[in-house]
Amino acid sequence: MELLSKWLPYILAGISVGGQYALIAIGYTMVYGILRLINFAHGDMFMIAGLMAVYLATALPLYITLPLVLVLTVMLGCTIEVVAYRPLRTAPRMSIMISAIGVSYFLQNLALYATGGLAQTYPKIEWLARTVNVFGASTKMVTLVTPVLVIVLVVALVMLIKYTKIGMAMRAVSRDFETSQLMGIDINRVITVTFVIGSFLAAIGSILYFTNYTGIMPTSGGMPGLKAFVAAVFGGIGSIPGAVIGAFVIGICENLIKGANLTTFSDAFTFVLLIIILMVKPTGLFGEKNIDKV
Amino acid sequence: MLSIKGLHVFYGGIHALRGIDLDVADGQIISLIGANGAGKSTTLKSIMGLVPKTEGTIIWNDTDITSTHTKEVVKQGIVLCPEGRRVFPDLTVEENLRIGAYLRNDKDGIQKDKDWVYDLFPRMKEREWQLAGTLSGGEQQMLAVGRALMSKPKLLMLDEPSLGLAPLVIKDIFTIIKEIKEAGVNVLLIEQNAKAALEISDYAYVMETGTITMSGAGKELLNDERVKKAYLGE
Repeated sequence: MELLSKWLPYILAGISVGGQYALIAIGYTMVYGILRLINFAHGDMFMIAGLMAVYLATALPLYITLPLVLVLTVMLGCTIEVVAYRPLRTAPRMSIMISAIGVSYFLQNLALYATGGLAQTYPKIEWLARTVNVFGASTKMVTLVTPVLVIVLVVALVMLIKYTKIGMAMRAVSRDFETSQLMGIDINRVITVTFVIGSFLAAIGSILYFTNYTGIMPTSGGMPGLKAFVAAVFGGIGSIPGAVIGAFVIGICENLIKGANLTTFSDAFTFVLLIIILMVKPTGLFGEKNIDKV
Repeated sequence: MLSIKGLHVFYGGIHALRGIDLDVADGQIISLIGANGAGKSTTLKSIMGLVPKTEGTIIWNDTDITSTHTKEVVKQGIVLCPEGRRVFPDLTVEENLRIGAYLRNDKDGIQKDKDWVYDLFPRMKEREWQLAGTLSGGEQQMLAVGRALMSKPKLLMLDEPSLGLAPLVIKDIFTIIKEIKEAGVNVLLIEQNAKAALEISDYAYVMETGTITMSGAGKELLNDERVKKAYLGE
């Protein structure tokens, strides 16, 4: 019992932050699944979503700010796709990757320009920031809301991909661009839908994440973005359940390490995990095995 | 119904098509034979709007579709069943058929065509819920043809449907192609298996390095000395 009361807060925090990583990781993994592109700007978009909330909340009430953040982040994600990736559709993969790195720096510097490099305080969402008691451990409401919300969203997403027409098109496009076109599928539309979903989830992730870690810097997207990326690789890039499981594993482990008074190493753990995964099972937990039958 | 005039295409830095003239009349099987790299696949891809054209026109039922988007070409009733089958391996057989009807919204019509495809290929009905990737090569080819039919085409273009298949399966495929024509779908066929193709064709074109060097009725070409020598190995 004593053991539980010592570790419970860390486990809760781990589940919570893991869920937030999961929401970012889905964006990485879906875009990779379709475009074979690591969207390096994804983490920075998450940070921009946070800043949007900061600035919008100064003028608007929260119940308008938050939906607006979701809409604007989705628009930002699609704009990035149209401006930075679409013109490079037939270019070598390296070009589009460099373009993604360019967008990442652009967003960071845009944020630096807007904030002057000072940490901005995220608006307080009363309901999420409220303190609650779970088996004697006190924590914020967001800790409980996050995993539930993540599960609901992931189930909805998986159903969308499995049972709807656009979901079927996404699965087809992720496999074979040219043949999908021959079916009359509009590739660009499918890619846009992918970015809409990825950006939407990242925006929700940013609301939950920054309710916990209220200071936003232009570099705030970097670390969660990287960890979500590692989660996606861990789960097998391209796989949505893989990314979610990977994110929870990373979130929980890094908090357990903190609980063992090894906070200094908690970030290092993520990257050690990345190295091990790449050495032992480069395709990740549920990575696609390319079997071509002739 | 389909008429190509003076088509030039540069593909990967190569002058792949050098002024092609080709016609598909209503109610016929037309085949396009020739060696590897002659530009047969490029011809079909350019009809589908998958490759940019530098010169020439493609007219389909009095409409110029030279620079029409692939999606619109499919909508207008032309479909390409690509070389190497290219079924979606991690979609089920049934989903592969449904995605063939991607641009259609007439539920009843789609169901009717699905039943027709299952009639043509009873094996597909048996494997309805199996992933397409688990099918044999011949079954995948049948699925690819069925998938193409699901778009309710007026012109079905088949790129090497017999490639890599066992002789018995090839026979099946050619029987089915005739059946499809009987059902009122025009067929434009590319084949390495020139003999089988010419036998079922109403008209045929012979392609060499980006140009059409010969054309005539299928039976006529079958008896042509040059065709015999170059493509029939006689």
